Amino acid sequence: MSSTITTSVNNEEDLWGGGNKPLKASYGKLMMWFFIVSDALTFSGFLVAYGFSRFKNIDSWPIADEVFTHFPFLHGIDAPMYYVALMTFVLIFSSVTMVLAVDAGHHMQKKKVAVYMLLTIIGGAIFVGSQAWEWSNFIKGEYGAVETKGGQIYQFINQDTGKRVALDEFAIDSHSDRTQHENKNGIWYLGEGSLPSYTTDEVIAGVVANPYLVIKTEKIDVNGEKIILSREESLEKINQIVNVVEGANLVNNEYGNRLFADFFFFITGFHGFHVFSGVVINIIIFFNVLVGTYEKRGHYEMVEKVGLYWHFVDLVWVFVFTFFYLV
Amino acid sequence: MENKTHKLEIFRGLLKFKSNETKIWGVLLFLSIVTVVEVALGIIKPEILVGNSFLSMKIINWIFIILTIVKAYYIAWDFMHLRDEPQGLQFSVTITLMFLIAYLAFILLVEGNYIFDMMYEGFVSWNF
Repeated sequence: MSSTITTSVNNEEDLWGGGNKPLKASYGKLMMWFFIVSDALTFSGFLVAYGFSRFKNIDSWPIADEVFTHFPFLHGIDAPMYYVALMTFVLIFSSVTMVLAVDAGHHMQKKKVAVYMLLTIIGGAIFVGSQAWEWSNFIKGEYGAVETKGGQIYQFINQDTGKRVALDEFAIDSHSDRTQHENKNGIWYLGEGSLPSYTTDEVIAGVVANPYLVIKTEKIDVNGEKIILSREESLEKINQIVNVVEGANLVNNEYGNRLFADFFFFITGFHGFHVFSGVVINIIIFFNVLVGTYEKRGHYEMVEKVGLYWHFVDLVWVFVFTFFYLV
Repeated sequence: MENKTHKLEIFRGLLKFKSNETKIWGVLLFLSIVTVVEVALGIIKPEILVGNSFLSMKIINWIFIILTIVKAYYIAWDFMHLRDEPQGLQFSVTITLMFLIAYLAFILLVEGNYIFDMMYEGFVSWNF
């Protein structure tokens, strides 16, 4: 690498004092690369941990197509993946406006940089908002399910149509209220969250009374589809339930394996936090561009550095999208 | 600011753009096409790709992962303009990550698979 040898060998400052730049990048840019590499390792740690748990429960992991089926303004219509695909496009597009801002910065076009930064910020905000919507759907749940003592999830299917059935369509209200156990009434660490809308007895009564209901287990058959029990097996299994689960939290979720929701919250949450902080940094840089900080400094390298971070966030989403929603 | 010049060809020189700006739009188009293909495959799930597997992974999943790495390459090379950086920087970023991530994934996925086998063939019932 002849390019790394400086001609002024006599100058100690140039050779050993930091004057030698083999990577031809400024200090700040290199530090951003250091951060990106280490952050990439953090994310890969999360995703690989997800893979570990998934391989460990390979015969009972939830199928993403059956979990993420919502699209705004399309109630009750099965739209798997369209929404995350849209989010991916939003993020890639905001990445493009970011590169355009960097490119305009190279040509010292202040107005163009500002416009493209603003578009990037808007794209990022739309993405974070979409993720919030996705989370709220995930937490609220749609159908509800029950849980066995071993932590397995049973969902309910109409065996005539093959469609999922929500708890409130069949559970028989017994008009009995169980008092919520709050931690002020007993040992302080033994409080419980809000009670589900139905008790297990009400769900069991509903299943017995409606002959079209069968249980969909979380086990996967050889074709990669969830195993659906017969009516007789369902009646037998329904007596073993201990919990009614609606939506998702960190303890259990109606979609299947408990770890699934934990990883969903953790990985998309960590990524969403990155997008959020990226938007905040972009806003700061945007205002700096507006007041002309970089115009005075003579270069727009700061835009380039925050751009690196922004593309990295996009890059991570590409992987999260694949491993959470596609594979 | 050291890099005033941009390398404007992608696909190993197959496609050369007139300016950096048009290259960005070209890469966006390419990434969009790849994403559309991914989503379409994910929705249609062609029988031939889901039913057959290669190295104990479904072919459709191989396609997803390879397309993801292709997308990652173009984001890093063109959006993060690694293409314009010296080879030393390109390699110190990518080789470090590729090695460490491949290693971690290999170890943990093998271990996860082993634990699945133990729980599946063991004498303890996990379904009660």
